[in-house]
Amino acid sequence: MRIMAQLAMVMNLDKCIGCHTCSVTCKQAWTNRDGMEYVWFNNVETRPGQGYPRRYEDQEKWRGGWRLNKRGKLTLRSGGRFRKLATIFSNPELPEIKDYYEPWTYEYKNLTDAPLGDDYPVAEPRSLITGKPMKIEWGANWDDDLGGAPQYGDLDPMVEKTRAQASEKVRFAFEQTFMFYLPRICEHCLNPSCVAACPSGAIYKRSEDGIVLVDQDRCRGWRECVTGCPYKKIYFNHRTGKAEKCTFCYPRTEVGLPTVCSETCVGRLRYLGVLLYDADKVAAAAATEEETGLYEAQLGVFLDPEDPEVRREAEAAGIPHDWVEAARRSPVHALVSRYKVALPLHPEYRTMPMVWYIPPLSPVVEALNETGFDGEDPDNLFGAIDTLRIPLEYLAELFAAGDTGPVRASLEKLAAMRSHMRAINLGERPDPAIAASVGMDLTEMEAMYRLLAVAKYEERYVIPTAAVGDARRLEESAVPTSCSLDHADGPGMGGEGAFGQDSGRTELPLVSLETFHALRAQQTADAQPHVGDVAASRGEK
Amino acid sequence: MNVLLWGALPYVAFALLVAGIVWRYRYDRFGWTTRSSQIYESKLLNIASPVFHYGILFVLAGHLLGLFVPASWTDAIGVTAHTYHLFSLYGGTLAGAVALAGIALLVYRRRTRAPVFRATTANDKVMYLVLVAAIVLGMWAKVAHSTPTAGYEYRDTIAPWARSLFRLSPDIGLMSGVPVLYQIHAVVGMLLIALVPYTRLIHMFAAPVQYLFRPYIVYRSPDERQLARRGAPRGW
Repeated sequence: MRIMAQLAMVMNLDKCIGCHTCSVTCKQAWTNRDGMEYVWFNNVETRPGQGYPRRYEDQEKWRGGWRLNKRGKLTLRSGGRFRKLATIFSNPELPEIKDYYEPWTYEYKNLTDAPLGDDYPVAEPRSLITGKPMKIEWGANWDDDLGGAPQYGDLDPMVEKTRAQASEKVRFAFEQTFMFYLPRICEHCLNPSCVAACPSGAIYKRSEDGIVLVDQDRCRGWRECVTGCPYKKIYFNHRTGKAEKCTFCYPRTEVGLPTVCSETCVGRLRYLGVLLYDADKVAAAAATEEETGLYEAQLGVFLDPEDPEVRREAEAAGIPHDWVEAARRSPVHALVSRYKVALPLHPEYRTMPMVWYIPPLSPVVEALNETGFDGEDPDNLFGAIDTLRIPLEYLAELFAAGDTGPVRASLEKLAAMRSHMRAINLGERPDPAIAASVGMDLTEMEAMYRLLAVAKYEERYVIPTAAVGDARRLEESAVPTSCSLDHADGPGMGGEGAFGQDSGRTELPLVSLETFHALRAQQTADAQPHVGDVAASRGEK
Repeated sequence: MNVLLWGALPYVAFALLVAGIVWRYRYDRFGWTTRSSQIYESKLLNIASPVFHYGILFVLAGHLLGLFVPASWTDAIGVTAHTYHLFSLYGGTLAGAVALAGIALLVYRRRTRAPVFRATTANDKVMYLVLVAAIVLGMWAKVAHSTPTAGYEYRDTIAPWARSLFRLSPDIGLMSGVPVLYQIHAVVGMLLIALVPYTRLIHMFAAPVQYLFRPYIVYRSPDERQLARRGAPRGW
């Protein structure tokens, strides 16, 4: 067993209203630079839809992710090491900028500088790639809210797959359509194919928090990572000639702040937390033979931080105590492993993604209400899941390699939670059978409700800081540890002055009192104090 | 003049090459890239780039063979001078033609595809000029001084001179009788070598051979020098 910790994310799709605030704030923070005009580390897609870049899920064409070769061994779909080096002079499966979209600006100057004439001056669109006037034909979000779905909807690779299984289920006629939003960032996979595809070895996974980054000094611009990533979440900066990707906002998470996309999410649908996993099991899990078994296999890689054995091993493996504690309180662990309502995006790519999704249930309830039935009655609701307006098969193509089982189980839990909480709201006695029917008890159900519906900031984001040992050391070093006689104005060197130690001197640390209490609590306690308790006790002081 | 061209220039070019690589490695690793333009245009590049690169690699191999493998060695393994000449003439010219066709298509693409042209710097243009000149002059010299049966024996003059450079005692006299076309080709070649680290050609020194041997997934731990270690827990 080789325990590692990873910062992971869960998104609750029920709450996503498709406002693109995450995309915009991420863009402002990270990709508002030359060469990155077309890049969205975070984008929100309307599904069904082609996504961004267009049809990125069509791996027959783009060859992202892993596959099993004839001997059942894990290999990159884009080819082995020799093929990669042999085709290094041009990457045959690289998306062009037009597959994303050609970025543009407007000739605003014309609005003020145009000579007097009969017509109003207009701000002509100008390509940011060629600098020439252009016709705007596609954007990162062209098919937002099903725009153009009758024309483009059929091009969604997942629609094609779903139709192959349940031909009547996906319709784009106005009164038969469905849609939901899918916000996407880099998956920071456990088995990242971009890392494996990089000839220079410039992409790496940080051992302390699992964030996947590109070393800009080692990247040589071979572009193999863009092909390697099945989610197309590595981008080529066409000005610097280097690959860039979502950084999970590591400068923020390192100091305990949520990522920009999470922080600014108005729907409060993102959850951040630590997952502990066994790194030795990853390769075997990713090589699971059946694609539909990959979700369960990945669950099997995660470790339960409530298990004292796991906690001991984790600390022995050098994972800081507060990381292990954060893993216990991790909302991601709860949604992924305890309640099992979150599902990975495209487990069939075998990259073991670490940004998971709670599938959307809301349209079911709405659809049921419209038919005149009580949308939150458990009998109606359970039955309706199979006749969802968003076909189960479509969700299954996204989140479970086509297996409707995990999606149905997740939606049933969400449905059961609604019925249960409705009973409480109406002052009825909740029927424990409802919770039991989805394998949960009442406390769990209410805890899940609290996490999903109330979703307090500090419960959504449980982010241990990097180098917390360092923080403690710095704090302690603020308390003088050496003899005060050593200092220029120590007692023997002129004394403390008439007004005692703190008089007129600002360098005396104000943290000393807190540190004193925290240290005393730590040193006199029988067990290591809970991180939250320490924080709370400090808050009171 | 002879001393300058055949005694000093090679060492200046080599010094510029080494100094440039060291400088790039020390101060400009961020700029060390292929500066690929494939994202702007893929179709032409997918044909032209492999054609050019494979052609030029073969040309490079040919130069190494011609300059640094003495005729006595090829004789020893039973390759007659005639066989060598045929191989050198047809193989070399074919490789040169392939490389030239590739680079012609690449330059055409660069000129006609607006985004690619916009991303072209003055540095690139100088580089293309020298590179194309080196290839064209080399082929011209070869073809002009060859018949199907025999050709100019550069293995008696240019090759020993090139090897003498590495013994640090350049035999300048060997180059005096060499045809002018070969001389110009050699000078342009040395110019090209000197230019490599200061242009996008630097990417040839990033050839990722280590990819064949490294593990697929790369992990990195925090730099211990930048992060304080977690000490033993306090207490007694």
